[in-house]
Order: sequence, then C-alpha cells, then structure tokens
Amino acid sequence: MSAEHQITAGFMPLFDSAVLVAAGELGFAAREGIDLKLHRETSWANIRDRIAIGHFHLAHMLGPMPLACNLGLTPLASETIVPFSLGLGGNCVTVSNAAWAGMVAHGAAADLDPARAGAALRALIRERAAAGGDPLRFAVVHPHSGHNYELRYWLAACGIDPEREIEIVIVPPPFMADALAAGRIDGYCVGEPWNSAAVAAGTGHIVTVKAQIWRNSPEKVVGVRKAWADENPEALAALLRALHHSARWCQDPANHGELAALMAQAGFLGLPPAVQMPILTGRLQLGDGAERTIDDFFLPFDKAANFPWKSHALWFYTQMVRWGHVTHTPENFAIARDCYRPDLYRSALKPLGVALPGANSKVEGALRVATAVGATGAGLVLGPDGFFDGQIFDPDEIDAYIAGQESAEIQA
Amino acid sequence: MVRTALAVLVIDENRIRAAIIEAGLREAGHERVTVIHDVTGIARRIAEIEPDVIVIDLENPNRDMLENMFQLSRAVKRPIAMFVDRSDQASIEAAVDAGVSAYVVDGMRQERVKPILDMAVSRFNAFSRMARELEEVRGELESRKVIDRAKGILMKSRGLSEEAAYTLLRKTAMNQNRKIGDIAQSLVTAAGLLGPAEDE
Repeated sequence: MSAEHQITAGFMPLFDSAVLVAAGELGFAAREGIDLKLHRETSWANIRDRIAIGHFHLAHMLGPMPLACNLGLTPLASETIVPFSLGLGGNCVTVSNAAWAGMVAHGAAADLDPARAGAALRALIRERAAAGGDPLRFAVVHPHSGHNYELRYWLAACGIDPEREIEIVIVPPPFMADALAAGRIDGYCVGEPWNSAAVAAGTGHIVTVKAQIWRNSPEKVVGVRKAWADENPEALAALLRALHHSARWCQDPANHGELAALMAQAGFLGLPPAVQMPILTGRLQLGDGAERTIDDFFLPFDKAANFPWKSHALWFYTQMVRWGHVTHTPENFAIARDCYRPDLYRSALKPLGVALPGANSKVEGALRVATAVGATGAGLVLGPDGFFDGQIFDPDEIDAYIAGQESAEIQA
Repeated sequence: MVRTALAVLVIDENRIRAAIIEAGLREAGHERVTVIHDVTGIARRIAEIEPDVIVIDLENPNRDMLENMFQLSRAVKRPIAMFVDRSDQASIEAAVDAGVSAYVVDGMRQERVKPILDMAVSRFNAFSRMARELEEVRGELESRKVIDRAKGILMKSRGLSEEAAYTLLRKTAMNQNRKIGDIAQSLVTAAGLLGPAEDE
C-alpha cells in the first residue's frame, strides 16, 4: 500500500521530538495516509538549512526559530510557519557542583523555587565579581531558543543582568553535561534528559525548571516550510491530525513505558528508557539525593499544549526585541504575529470534534489556577500559566510590555 | 587592503577527510589553509586566523555555537554570512547534499569563493565514496570469515568435506533467496546457542 502523502521531517535528539517520532513510528501518520520519514539531525543549523533547501518539509524546531527565520536573522532561511506546538515545558536550569555550593552558601535550597535560586545566584555572582573572579558562564542550545529567553528572563527578574554579569554561550544539548563536568561552563538551560544526565553523573544540580519560571510555557514546535504548506494543504492537515493523535497517546501515562522504550532506540535518543522517565513523570532528581515532583513539568498534549498560540510567538518576539536580536517595528511585529498559524490547526482538527480554544491569542500569566475556558467541541482546560515574578503579558499591549522591559532597571 | 590569498579554515573532526580537503585546497593554489579538528577554544583560533572562508562538515554539532560566535562578532571581527550567495540554490544544495557547509566573509566576490566551495563538495563526495567502498570491503571480509566458520561447523557436525559444506550453504541460500553470508551467520549463531562453541 503506498501512502497518499510523502512527508520528510527533521528532528533533534531531544525528548520533546517524541510526538513527531511517535507519529512516524507508531502508525499515527500511516493511519492518515502519510509516509512520514524522520531524519535525525546534529544541529539546529542543519534543520534550518535542510528546510530552506527543501530536504525537509517540516521539522522539530525551537519555538522562536521560525520567527528568527522569517525575520531574516539567520543565514539561509526560508519562510517557515508553525501550525502545531510539540508541548509545554520540559527544560531545567542546571549548575555545576561548585556553583551550587556557592549558591547554597547564599541561601539556595533544593526546592526549585526560581526566586530563591535567583537571589542566591545573584549573591554568588556579586561575590565573585567583588573578588575579581571571571563571570559565571552559562550555556543554552541556540540564540533563538526558549532556553535562551527563559534563562535571561529568569536572571533579569532576579536582578542579574544577563548581558554583563554572566556570559552566555552556545553548546549542543548532548555536550552540556560533559562541558559542565569539564568546567568549561558553570551552568546551562536545556531540555531533558540533558539535565538529569548531569545529576546522574554527580556533576550538576538542577536549580529551577521552566515550568516554575513560566508555567505551561511554550517550547518546541513543528516548523513547516511555507511554500510546501501552501501547495499541500491536505497533506499538512492529515499530518496535524496524526500529530494530534500521537500527542494524546504520548500524554497517557499508560503509554509512558512504550514511549520511553521507543525514544531509547539508537536512531532517536539512544539513551536508556530510565533516563526518559523524569520528563514523563515530572519526578526529578535534583542532585545529592534530593527529589521533587513538578506539576506540569512537560505536557505533550494536555492544557491545549499543541495549540500554536499567537501570544506565545509574540512573547518570544518581545524577548528578541528586549535582548537586541531584532528591532521592534510594525513590519517585524507583523512577521512575528503571522508566523504561528492557529487557523491551520483549527481547520485540520475541527473535523475531529476536539476541543479548540475560542481565541488565537491569550493574556499570558493571567491564569493562577487551571481554568476551563470557552471552547468549541469538548471542554478545554488551560493553565495555570503564571510567570514566577507575577508579570502579565497581554499581546494587545505589546508596545507597553516592550517599553516596560526596556525601562526596567535590573536592580539588586 | 586587497588580499590576494584567501585564508581558508577547515573544521572537520574527521582527520582523514580534513587532510583530503586540505590537500585539494593546496593543489588548487591556496596556501593559507588551516585545519582544526577540535572546536575547543575555537573563538581564539578564529580571531588569530581571521579566515575569509570557513568550511565545516554538516555533521559537526557545533555549528550552532559557531554561528552564534559569528553573530556576536566578538571573536570574529567581520560579519560572516553563510555561502557566497544565498540565491545560488544549486551550489547550496550540492554543498548540503555532500555534507558540507561554508561560511564566507560578507561582501566577498562570488567568483573567488565558489571554486573553494566546489572543491570542498567534490572532496566530501570523494571521501564518502571512499568510506562506502571501505565499508563494503570490510563487510565482505567479515562475511568471508563467517562463511569459513559455518563451513567448519558443518564439516564437524555432519562429516562433510569443505566443498560439500560450502555447496550446502550456497544451496540453502539460493532456496531461501538469502545471502550466503546471512545463512552462515544464522548457522554460527544457532551453533553458539545450541552447544559448546565450535572453536573450543
């Protein structure tokens, strides 16, 4: 039987490629008439290049990456749209044993509280600076990544200037734990399992998690080559339905064992199933035997995790502006606003009768508790989605938000 | 300042491939070629070398790190763009297909850089062809060894001559429409499971 649609997708060896991988490997794509070919890549630059020259129709991408492509920030990019999000949360901030000891001396505890950890880190940074030491060096996976922006957001909100008081470098995810152990970096922000890897090796401590910096915040997405999407609307809709079924399957705890075994295969993550369990259960080892369970640590499906909210894209855009990656102009704003495509998600999933949010954009940080919201189809629960510093991002007030961040002094 | 010789930096963890590319560049008259295998401390090296062109293999996971360095342009003083001309789709495709990426100082004229990129592409292709052939030869040797062991098992357990043992393997392979090496492998595996190793 030949499939109706041939689709080629790139992915990086990270757990949050699971929905895409499961769609291809467990028959969700085939059931929608798709022959989904998955290609593991070694860098985000390769993913971007291969989409640009047409090797891939779509790929597992960092949330801000399609924005960076469309805004012309990267070499060799084609217009890329986002009709599907691969999940919420999943990242952690991990520091070396030495940095952790320094933070503990300034009041840090193994509780993942971002404000407490940030205050301790700030005290450590100031102490080092006063003693004439080098700034701490943190790594993220890519400049245009949720990791870079949430790390900077967390630091700035804790009174640490990420531009001047620390150094931020780029390290590929699988190298993070080794770079930390070798002392080349003092800390990093990355998706799982590359935090638990450092804890398991006894060389790092998890100090906070994305889910506590900004609960239910966006992470990886499916980036689609726009030219292909325009010419193949049926194939794209079929793919989105396959991904929807795959995501629901991935969320179900009954399937976690099978999912972990799938991701453990050499062609995907190539790491033992046990290493995948923390992201699936939210039960993390933090280092020195401390353990903590985090609510909504990583959601591949629940709480509208797959809906490509325009407010998510626009928040990334505000952070790109904040850190000087792009200038805020009406043209750039429009590019950022039009990059995520909830309309395509809606039209593909509507026939399934699943719950769809009533709006394409929401006020981020406004939901303090999980809230049922107006939705077509079955009931839909969102949030809580609070930022740890109590800020609110209203995409309708984007100018004020950007101006507020520019004028806010980073204070001790 | 007009520079006549372009400074080319080749970043490749595969030493053999790097040497092949370097040789090609030197043959083509490029004297200022530097090869780096390990990206540790690369910012400083790039600042020293001030390359006009960087050729890097696509499988190098440090591309994101490298590109970020270019963007920060603290280590690299001049803006660097990928490829000579973004509109030269054929050239870019050939490079990506071959597994090579190139970064070029912005504003450099295409005719100066294209030969370098073309050379890198052809050398990458030549290398992967070589690697494939090597793999095939290794596979053949491996399967010959397994066939010898399988023959030995048959000779010992069924009292066959070497020729008769080989004929039996070949006939079985033909009947099952499989490779003789595969049949031999199954036999060796089965023998290992069933009894003491045949070479004990």
